Amino acid sequence: MSLGSILLYGLLGVVVAISGIGLITSRNAIYGALFLVLNFITVALLYIALGAPFIALAQVTVYAGSIMVLFLFVIMLLGAEQLPIAEPIRGQRILAILLFVAFLAEMALFVMLRGSPVVAGAPITPDFSTPATMGTLLFEQYLLPFEMTAGVLLAATVGAVFLTRSPRPERKSALPEAQQAGKESS
Amino acid sequence: MSLFEIASVHPFFQLVPLVVFLPVLGLLINLLVGKYLGEKGIGAVASLATGGAFAVAVLLAIGLGQVSEGATLTLANWMTVGDFSVNWSFRIDTLSVLMMLVVSGVGMLIHIYSIGYMHSDVRHNEDPGRFRRFFVYLNLFIAFMMVLVSSDNFLMLFVGWEGVGLCSYLLIGFWFEKGADGIGNAKAAKKAFVVNRIGDFGLLIALFLLFHNFGTLNFAEIFEQAPAIAAAAPGAIMAITLFMLLGVTGKSAQLPLYVWLPDAMAGPTPVSALIHAATMVTAGVYLVARSQALYVEVPAAQNIVMWVGALTAFFAATIAVGQNDIKKVLAYSTISQLGFMVTAVGMGATVAGMFHLTTHAFFKALLFLGAGSVILGVEHGHAQANQHAEHGHDSFDPQDMREMGGLRKRMPLTFIVYLLGALTLAGIAPLAGFFSKDEILAAANEKSIAIYALLTAAAFLTAFYMGRQLLMVFFGKPRSVASEKASESPLLVTLPLVVLALLSVFGGALNLPGSHILETWLEHTLEGVTPGHFVLTVALISLAVALLGLLLAWLVYGRKPSFENGQPDPLRKPLNGLFTALENKWWVDELYNTVIVRPYDAVARFSAGVIDQGIIDGLINGMGSMVGSLAKAWRRYQNGYVRSYALTIVVGVVLVITYLVLR
Amino acid sequence: MMPMSYFIGLSILMFAMGILGVLLRRNPLIVFMSLELMFNSANLLFVAFSAYHHVLDGQLFVFFVMTTAAAEVAVGLALIVAIFKAKRTIDLDQMSSLKG
Repeated sequence: MSLGSILLYGLLGVVVAISGIGLITSRNAIYGALFLVLNFITVALLYIALGAPFIALAQVTVYAGSIMVLFLFVIMLLGAEQLPIAEPIRGQRILAILLFVAFLAEMALFVMLRGSPVVAGAPITPDFSTPATMGTLLFEQYLLPFEMTAGVLLAATVGAVFLTRSPRPERKSALPEAQQAGKESS
Repeated sequence: MSLFEIASVHPFFQLVPLVVFLPVLGLLINLLVGKYLGEKGIGAVASLATGGAFAVAVLLAIGLGQVSEGATLTLANWMTVGDFSVNWSFRIDTLSVLMMLVVSGVGMLIHIYSIGYMHSDVRHNEDPGRFRRFFVYLNLFIAFMMVLVSSDNFLMLFVGWEGVGLCSYLLIGFWFEKGADGIGNAKAAKKAFVVNRIGDFGLLIALFLLFHNFGTLNFAEIFEQAPAIAAAAPGAIMAITLFMLLGVTGKSAQLPLYVWLPDAMAGPTPVSALIHAATMVTAGVYLVARSQALYVEVPAAQNIVMWVGALTAFFAATIAVGQNDIKKVLAYSTISQLGFMVTAVGMGATVAGMFHLTTHAFFKALLFLGAGSVILGVEHGHAQANQHAEHGHDSFDPQDMREMGGLRKRMPLTFIVYLLGALTLAGIAPLAGFFSKDEILAAANEKSIAIYALLTAAAFLTAFYMGRQLLMVFFGKPRSVASEKASESPLLVTLPLVVLALLSVFGGALNLPGSHILETWLEHTLEGVTPGHFVLTVALISLAVALLGLLLAWLVYGRKPSFENGQPDPLRKPLNGLFTALENKWWVDELYNTVIVRPYDAVARFSAGVIDQGIIDGLINGMGSMVGSLAKAWRRYQNGYVRSYALTIVVGVVLVITYLVLR
Repeated sequence: MMPMSYFIGLSILMFAMGILGVLLRRNPLIVFMSLELMFNSANLLFVAFSAYHHVLDGQLFVFFVMTTAAAEVAVGLALIVAIFKAKRTIDLDQMSSLKG
């Protein structure tokens, strides 16, 4: 491990941390979204370093590209409301921070005491993860999950459309005026 | 053996289930269609049912004359639990048939008497519709008593025992809304039941011990094994016999559980005659007579039975001297005579005891029914005298002897039969009572001088109080308007009295010193029966004592001027404090009340109030309210905020990870 | 390549920050984004172990997670829009009709 790579990884880690903190503390939703985008891109860089270029670019495309855009659209729709700082639920803040610390401590404890010493593995070859190998694996071994994911996406699409529909007026009578009114608004 | 087999032993034996089923049939008929039969019809059905049972008993006796060992008829199997099996069987032998004859014979006469008596009584108490109920209860009683005497095992005997106790309760409280303060009769019935229960508890323990030691409750099997078990575990037999004695003191009104019998006089007079003189109270004597094989093994228990009987005989006789109610005198007299019987069977002189049981049934029933006739007559006189006054709402007590007097002129037939009954109770030769009492005294003389002295003193007092009663009721001048106008009772009432009087006079023939008919009759059932002798000195002494008692009574109560209304009893001046004690029955009831009833009541109140309502209910209610308050506390978490729910989830996650880390 | 503990630590840190965001923020959009942060931490771990063990299945799983996350975001945002239309506010604490 050369000094350069340590520095690089260190920088990436710091950026990830800072963008995370930025997300959870920003009062403006837009800023938070932008912080998250930064986080995603940094993680994508880490993926490349781990020998998963396809995943890294999928991350940038799907996550940073489509999901965050979706978020930005919705923030635009809803108006970035500035909610008051005061916490109405008693003890929520303190408990949350306590749990945060406890969680970190426990995981650290676990890794140090129980985890088998995990050191670096063998270096990764360039042809370890290519679209070809990913595709082969996907369509040979994981065909069923693939199809099911397609189903999930379909369900999500239908659900999103259904949830955002404007309510249809009810047909109360068979009178021509009502029919007219029904036809107009639907 | 079954019904078919027993017909081959003797054809009459197969009729034995009828002694129970005829009275049951009678009561069912009266219950279902009695409304349409009218008073005479109801009475006829009931009397015929009992008469039918008597006829069957006579036939059984004839059969026993030819096949003297008797037989056992098994009707059905009641229960079988593992090794324990109890059948509903009828034991036909001389002892049980003797009891059957007495119960159904005297019972039949009392049924006939009741037709006339209750006709007046329900009108005096203003409820003619209750006539039918009386006869239903009477038949039920006869049925249960038959079950008691005909059973061949202790458990069926116990069924009959409990059944007659129930009928006693129902009949004592027949006029349940009347009596002192409108509740007196009900309280007397309750007292009888509760005190009997204490005795029954003793009998139950005895049954448990019997089963534990013998493995069976059948008479024949137990009496066979008795010597062997007595040799192996004498303490067990002693316990059994003593607990049985507790049952006997309850049912047969001995010390200390006799207190219910005087109160039971609150019931109508036929009830007092049938149940509390002739039949139910003799169940205890029958039990001891039947279990002779057990008592013979433990002489110590026999001694205790003897002493209980003798002390009761003397004690009750003293109380009878100071009573003013005509029926109470007879009640205490019954207790005293039962004491004689219990002493006899305790000593092993079973024949003497059963003989006295039979004659006592005759003359005590006669005396009670006669007293009933007297009460009826006085009530008629009272109604006549107060024709314009309100009916039965004054303080006139038709049973108070101080209001009677000179009735022999107004009610001659009643007087004659009553006189015969009183003389035979006092033990004047050659009436029946003389022979039976004399046999007991002779046996006591051989056994223990102390017992003999006690019994003789009791006999003296018996003669004295009967003389007192005769003189107060029938002689002298009438002491109230009611007695002046008293009238003789109708034929339905007086005819049974005549029959009973004849039996009382000639009943001695059953076991005259020369013939010993009863003794030979009973020998077949009771082994080791002490043969009775006729000891002339004892007989003469008892006769002399009786005559002395009567003479003393005449001296105090009979000489002119006879005691007028309003004057104190002539015995009060010489005896003073003693007489007050006798009049108040030695304050035994008050003693029981203070020592037993009140503390028990306090305990019951404490248990109900503090323990049951306070602690137990409080515990349960407390748990309920605890759940409620717990739920209220948990409810605060449902605040509707998604974030606090998320917090709870995260708390859970952290806890799980903690567990995994620390594992 | 870096030792695995680096990636594990980073992943844990991202996850914890995601939790904090979910618990502390009242704006549902921020909450959703914290949720995405948590998804990402899991993905990072998958890929890291996939590289360590030289097995491709880990990366493939990330693929599926991404698709499902996208679907979930679509539906979730549609829900938020619908709620906003009804309540005219996006404060999470106002959505407490389940209070009881």
